Amino acid sequence: MSQILNLSHYWVFVLLLMIGFYAVLTRTNLVKKLLGLAIFQSAVFLLFISMGKIDGGTAPIILNDDWSQTFSSPLPQVLILTAIVVGISTLALGLAIVVRIKEAYGRIDDIDASSSEN
Amino acid sequence: MIEIIGIFLLCLTVITAIGVVRTTSLFAAVMLMGIFSLLMAAAFILLDAADVALTEAAVGAGISTVLMLSALALTGDRREKPSNRPRVLSLIVVVITAGTIFYATFDKPALGDPKAPIHQHVTPEYFAMTRQLIDIPNVVTAVLASFRGYDTFGEVLVVFTAGIGVLFLLGTGPTTRRRRQLSSARGLKHHQPLRIGGKVVIPFIILFAFYVQFHGEYSPGGGFQAGAIFAAAVILYGLLEGERRGLAVLPPQFLLYMSAGGALLFGGVGVACMLLGGNFLDYNVLANDSVTAQQLGILIIELGVGVTVAGVLLAIYHAFAARGVQ
Repeated sequence: MSQILNLSHYWVFVLLLMIGFYAVLTRTNLVKKLLGLAIFQSAVFLLFISMGKIDGGTAPIILNDDWSQTFSSPLPQVLILTAIVVGISTLALGLAIVVRIKEAYGRIDDIDASSSEN
Repeated sequence: MIEIIGIFLLCLTVITAIGVVRTTSLFAAVMLMGIFSLLMAAAFILLDAADVALTEAAVGAGISTVLMLSALALTGDRREKPSNRPRVLSLIVVVITAGTIFYATFDKPALGDPKAPIHQHVTPEYFAMTRQLIDIPNVVTAVLASFRGYDTFGEVLVVFTAGIGVLFLLGTGPTTRRRRQLSSARGLKHHQPLRIGGKVVIPFIILFAFYVQFHGEYSPGGGFQAGAIFAAAVILYGLLEGERRGLAVLPPQFLLYMSAGGALLFGGVGVACMLLGGNFLDYNVLANDSVTAQQLGILIIELGVGVTVAGVLLAIYHAFAARGVQ
């Protein structure tokens, strides 16, 4: 039972990663592919944040100058915090490309097959 | 008990993710994605990552949903056409990859294990250095803005570059003349309850954004979160009052100055440090007392981050919104 609790976060990471991966592989709709990528990305966020957690710890913000408490690691939080904002910017870039593809080809499904017609 | 809640939340995220992939309605998929982000933010809180949860809630559940919906409105597709990709083959690939990573998880340290490598070298050192050199309560802000300042500067430039990319693809929004032609009937003006309720909330969202910005050293927050929250407030105003009045609050030209100005402010602090005889982004030389200098440097670069993030997110939103009018 404790083994399941200890590793459950990593298993959820694997599941989410694969759900996103499956969406990218099988969906032909470009918006859906981007949603798959976003899930994939969130899975990586979860992996990093899980690694920083420590038993009996609290958020790495020191209250009343009490440095003796147990704190979770701030480093993965820093990395992921910036990654989330970068993630939305790159997602917006992807969506902008999808909008332009729609304007140029008239559809965002199955672009591979339609490219030969134009 | 808290572990059970954590596992329950994570099960919900997995179910939501499956829902996102399985549904053929794109609208439903986008809304489920917003729920997914909110659940993720709750899970981050349980993992002691308050700053990350704040960012995920503001960006993932707020702004990203609005951007996705704008993109959907522009492409006009509501329903996904059935895919003809070979599902069995994809499933085999996915199962093999999942098996490999799953096998690797057994070598990972258990969740919360104090003996895990991450808690041995880097983390204690960051705490000790923050206490000695910077002396601010929020260690996340200290690491983000000072110890890993280069990294953060890089991220800000990536955000700026992505914003520029979107503007190149979609245009910078309507010109002043075109803006006058935008119909004033757009937006949610005729939905009185939404409009009045929204108007009551907007000032408090903006106040909260400034609090998160300037109190980021003492509580969860900082430039990234504040920029996203501020952008969310202005986007909400634009949604309620129509694109024309939304653009009047902060014109596209001004947003461009904001995007570039914030990044320049960040880089400028780095150059100022060099001119004063220190290294790039080495704040110690900014004041006589090195601890005060560090705090001053962090305050200024966080402001730069906030201005850039708010400017880029708003510019992106207006680019999408204005494309629909043309």
